[in-house]
Amino acid sequence: MAHQISHDQAHDPPNVTNPEHAEHHIVTPVQYSMVFGTLLLFTGITVWAAYVDLKVLNPIIALAIASFKAVVVILFFMHVKYQSRLVKLTVACGFFTFLVLIMMTLCDYISRSWGLW
Amino acid sequence: MPHETAVHEHEEHGHVFVPQHRHHFETEEQQREAGSFGMWLFLLTEIMFFGGLFFAYLLFRNWYYPAFAVASNQLSVPLGGANTAILITSGFFMALGVWAAEVRKRNILVITLILTTLFGVAFLGIKYVEYHEKWEKHHIPGAHFDVSEFVNPAAHGITDEQPLSPDMAQHTQIFFFLYFAMTGMHALHMIIGVGLLFWLTWRAYRGEFSSGYVAPIENFGLYWHFVDIVWLFLFPLLYLINRHPLH
Repeated sequence: MAHQISHDQAHDPPNVTNPEHAEHHIVTPVQYSMVFGTLLLFTGITVWAAYVDLKVLNPIIALAIASFKAVVVILFFMHVKYQSRLVKLTVACGFFTFLVLIMMTLCDYISRSWGLW
Repeated sequence: MPHETAVHEHEEHGHVFVPQHRHHFETEEQQREAGSFGMWLFLLTEIMFFGGLFFAYLLFRNWYYPAFAVASNQLSVPLGGANTAILITSGFFMALGVWAAEVRKRNILVITLILTTLFGVAFLGIKYVEYHEKWEKHHIPGAHFDVSEFVNPAAHGITDEQPLSPDMAQHTQIFFFLYFAMTGMHALHMIIGVGLLFWLTWRAYRGEFSSGYVAPIENFGLYWHFVDIVWLFLFPLLYLINRHPLH
């Protein structure tokens, strides 16, 4: 580099003072161990619940436990709990879009042969 | 004093120029956030990709419910459950690896990455055992598919399942097609992940991620945990929810 760029030229102050610049958070091994224990515990619960005859509730409980485990993984293993609003909103938007696509396809499926199920 | 606050924050950010900090980012934090944002956008396309398979499973299970219930109960819950625990353990070591890179401990990082790989390979090994059993029983959809176990379970020593009519028994192929498509795509993601882990372990061993440059480890961690999450849904849907069919 032939010349040094002064600080103000190189950096746009509104960007540097962006409120999104949160303190970087490091999740500790203790927290990870607690998440690990929770995930194993709920794996055990879902296997046990599968052998109990709960009629229509069996798949609902299995999916509820899977969703809970997925949320725990996303929040702690994937650090979303400690990320900026941009990342949080991106993740939420993705799942919401997926939900919309599922709902639209289900509406199509249920209405094609209306009354013939 | 808004102006003074701004100046204060400006200085607080400081400017320690580190080699991994690219010049087009204002701060290292901004660069880091941009990286996470990009990785998440990629993972969202992966959600849509697997989502299509999950949706196909939902519709076909609704359509050919008896075939799906019987075929699903052929899968081994002990093997599937063990694999779930193995994959969660692999994800736990990956998470510890991200921590080790953050606190700049090279040896711990290398060890956790190796453990992540070992548990990932163990998962694939159990998956191989399960696939092999399906191969031997001719439960792979196609010309050699064998429905005899579903048409006449008693002859195969299965007493707790009702026989299916021959045309419904053929539809078990759709279950096995989706089973192989979903677990196969998941396994392919694992194999790609294990390949990346070899590369990252080598770079970590050379000390590339123990001087504050965490992004590759962190973003690979996001990928690996995403693959975990797919399995967290595959396990109950394929192995567990058909143990008590509604007849």
